[in-house]
Amino acid sequence: MKRLQEQARGRDIGDNLIIRTAVRLLVPFIQLFGLYVIVHGHYSPGGGFQGGVILGASFILLALAYDLRTSLRFMSERTNAILGNAGVLIYTGIALLCALLGGMFLDYSALDRLISLGPIEWRSLGIFLVEVGVGTAVMSIMVSLFWDLGSGGEMDEGL
Amino acid sequence: MKALAFLATLATGIVLLYGTRDFAAWGDAASPASRHVSPVYIERAVKETHVPNLVTAILGDYRGYDTMFETVVIYCAGLAVVCVLRRQKT
Repeated sequence: MKRLQEQARGRDIGDNLIIRTAVRLLVPFIQLFGLYVIVHGHYSPGGGFQGGVILGASFILLALAYDLRTSLRFMSERTNAILGNAGVLIYTGIALLCALLGGMFLDYSALDRLISLGPIEWRSLGIFLVEVGVGTAVMSIMVSLFWDLGSGGEMDEGL
Repeated sequence: MKALAFLATLATGIVLLYGTRDFAAWGDAASPASRHVSPVYIERAVKETHVPNLVTAILGDYRGYDTMFETVVIYCAGLAVVCVLRRQKT
């Protein structure tokens, strides 16, 4: 791990003005595209996993082009942990809510008893809510994997 | 010990590969999956879920358990890496 970091420092790729400017311009659009992939999963290829990975990649790109501390400024360790747990909780929580409302576990049409939209619309909306949970969890876990593996768990410089 | 582990892996691999001999051929129209499961999804999924993308409908609704535990697996992987590697700042 240390050797990898030294190699990366030796190549001095992070201090390139062109890369930094390009990344700074690109990151908002990458994140927008990630949200689009999550939200548009009903109509085109995509969904929670893919959109989450794209969102996570935008933070990883930031950490690669600048350094790990810069990406920590945009998403703190605490936010990251909260998002990761919240994502899984959204999924399992909705599944459990369906069971508590009298339906079967993960049968979204039971949510109709909470807000009356019709069981079929709720199945569509339930898939969407669940995908948002998946996207949130995948994003934060991708970022935290990169942080930990890239810095050996020290969260200082990174690659 | 390493030889034993290698033999165990090899034996498991052989058993798994032998198991694939009973699988239906790729794209076999007479296989049970193509005869019963796929037509039902294709006919009913859009009507029952109002999701035009069949893949999303199957992943999110009909195969919800699979997707849920996929998320949990990823979560566990992330949690394990955090537990093993991350250190408290001094």
